[in-house]
Amino acid sequence: MAFLSAHFVAIVFYVLAVLAVAGGVGVITFKNPVHSALSLLGTFLMVAGLFVLRHAEFLGAVQLLVYAGGIMVLFLFVIMLVNVRRLSPDAAFLSRRAPLAVLSGVVFGALIAFGVLAGSLGHPGGGATALQMVQGHVMGNTEAVGWTLYRHFLVPFEIVSVVLLVAMIGAIIFGRKDAGLEGRGGRMEP
Amino acid sequence: MNQYIPILIFTLIAISFPIITLLLAKLVRSGSPNAVKAEPYECGVKMPTTAYDTRFSIRYYLIAVLFVVFDVETIFLFPWAVMFDKLALFGFIEMVVFLAILLVGYIYAWRRGALEWA
Repeated sequence: MAFLSAHFVAIVFYVLAVLAVAGGVGVITFKNPVHSALSLLGTFLMVAGLFVLRHAEFLGAVQLLVYAGGIMVLFLFVIMLVNVRRLSPDAAFLSRRAPLAVLSGVVFGALIAFGVLAGSLGHPGGGATALQMVQGHVMGNTEAVGWTLYRHFLVPFEIVSVVLLVAMIGAIIFGRKDAGLEGRGGRMEP
Repeated sequence: MNQYIPILIFTLIAISFPIITLLLAKLVRSGSPNAVKAEPYECGVKMPTTAYDTRFSIRYYLIAVLFVVFDVETIFLFPWAVMFDKLALFGFIEMVVFLAILLVGYIYAWRRGALEWA
């Protein structure tokens, strides 16, 4: 029991991390795309747990709302739309592009490892409350995100709205019934 | 970590509620399944005869994308709202610009008829 309470955070971390990776493996091994999507949902939930564990509570909540909520709905709709449920059950597990995928995975992993190392080395007095500080006061993660984002990252924040706008207009153009036939214009017909 | 105990209890209750409900229902109901009962049914909608061969309208995708975009927009309002006092007028103008840009998208979606279903 003493061991459990002393290493509580580490134990929770490893449980969440193992489950998150297991979910990721499930995504690429399940034959049924809906099962893959549910597996991905598991990964999203575990990552949200990891964020909360690291005292990035706001990010954890966003992970739940946007990924487990919105993005998941999007994925399920896409599965429904493109009819991948008819995928042949004996489709090849590894495609010819597998080496490329492995390469990009390794590069991405190395980048993250580098980022973590650089972050932990160059972090002046981080500590447990580093993500909850507002002007030297410990407030809360949401407050800290709000302060940092809206005080110091004005331009990136406004650019986010442009990115969202592009996504929205792009989806509307793709969703038009005559997409690609007549170019532009025209209301969507039922 | 102690402040998460209520969340843990809440999660456990939320998980056990459907399990208990289903188990209770299984105990009290009479089971006599037949082919008609097992058919998929939705009120007012003609169900496809085979579950996997139906094509769905691209509109579902459009609605999902619009949902995600406005979901993210709302997320950005949360940290702004909790720091509203401190950010003062600067933060207010910042958010107005943000919302104004997205309003362009909303009006575009509206004018294109992307929000109409029928």
